[in-house]
Amino acid sequence: MNGIHDMGGLHGFGPVEIDPDEPVFTTEWGSRIFCMTQVIDGLGIWNLDEHRHEIELMAPEDYLTHTYYGRWLFAMEHILERRNIVRRAEVDLRAAEIASDRRQFTPVRTADRNWPLAEDAKVPWGGWRKDESVTPKFAEGQRVRVRNIHPPGHTRVTNYTRGKSGDIYRVNAQAWVFPDTRAHYQGENLQAVYTVRFDAQTLWGESQAEPNLYVYIDLSENHLEADQENQ
Amino acid sequence: MGHNHAHPEKAWQAIRTEAIESLLNEINVLTSEDVDKVVRHYEENVGPKTGARVIARAWVDPEFKTRLLADGLVACEELGIGGPETELLHVVENTPRVHNVVVCTLCSCYPWPILGLPPAWYKSSAYRSRLVREPRKVLSELGVDLPDEVEIRVWDSVSEIRYLVMPEKPDHSENLSEAEFAERITRDHMIGVARHIPQAG
Repeated sequence: MNGIHDMGGLHGFGPVEIDPDEPVFTTEWGSRIFCMTQVIDGLGIWNLDEHRHEIELMAPEDYLTHTYYGRWLFAMEHILERRNIVRRAEVDLRAAEIASDRRQFTPVRTADRNWPLAEDAKVPWGGWRKDESVTPKFAEGQRVRVRNIHPPGHTRVTNYTRGKSGDIYRVNAQAWVFPDTRAHYQGENLQAVYTVRFDAQTLWGESQAEPNLYVYIDLSENHLEADQENQ
Repeated sequence: MGHNHAHPEKAWQAIRTEAIESLLNEINVLTSEDVDKVVRHYEENVGPKTGARVIARAWVDPEFKTRLLADGLVACEELGIGGPETELLHVVENTPRVHNVVVCTLCSCYPWPILGLPPAWYKSSAYRSRLVREPRKVLSELGVDLPDEVEIRVWDSVSEIRYLVMPEKPDHSENLSEAEFAERITRDHMIGVARHIPQAG
């Protein structure tokens, strides 16, 4: 989807500010959200592309203001709700009780929810299926064009490369899951991932491109087509 | 929206996080002890020192360097390094004519097992938006002034492949040990927003 998360090339965000004394976690709740997500990642509730896509579904103004781990909190709440594991009303009630310093929480009913997951309902994690193989369609050095597509769902093809031509720098010929379909449970569609090298002038135009700059980006085979005109 | 603002000393996100953690414990999805272990892992076990160890080894052991450039993760495993969020690692080498720098414009993909968790600036809108378009300007603002003859390679790591920059080994550094090299290599060198390795410790 063409969302605010797809930031490559945007103007207006000011300077990059490095804080040399930044701790690993700047907030306690951020550390809990991140690490709860790490634990849940291994339980088969969601896959990583679905998790990323959930973040993309945030309202743009929230995406920009809720902080990085705030996006993870949003994703966790929404996926757990959709999976019928923790309901929003339950979180609302528990949060209200915490906010009013209640010592004893209203217990939740443990039945009537999709937990524990049935074995065959568990979602596999990871991007590389090591027990599978694929035959790459493109070769190192080949000129390719990024397909000019604007899917409304999850995609890892960045806006700033669409319709642009580059050269295959490296063929990552492992069997990689195609995130655009896995995020929506439409199949893993295993395929090669290519590191494609773009000249800055191709991406940003002759008047704005910085000199002697190349951008390398990893794209799935389905995001690319042979560039017949510029072989 | 259910966000409770009656508790000014506690942010609503902190309250909702606590609520979810409490519920997940109650219905046996996870235990807070499991979560504590992960927190400790990221606070104590992994961080940029891990990556510095890898680069320092490559500087003193040319055969290790060859293996590292061929398959980063396999070489890291020799040093006992690995973990989630990095399935394939490409190490990209700086030279006098080439400078490498890493970003993820779509989220904030980062080699967690090698560098720990990314700093706030790496996840910032400013870095993600600007680095692919004007890295010379960004690097210059961060104190890395590169002449036009130095080619910049930006690695936008939006797939499951992760990148680590191998900085240039400093000249006339034969007197430095592997451990002394490791002390001089920072997270910023390995992301590529710093270039010079100081000679003095």
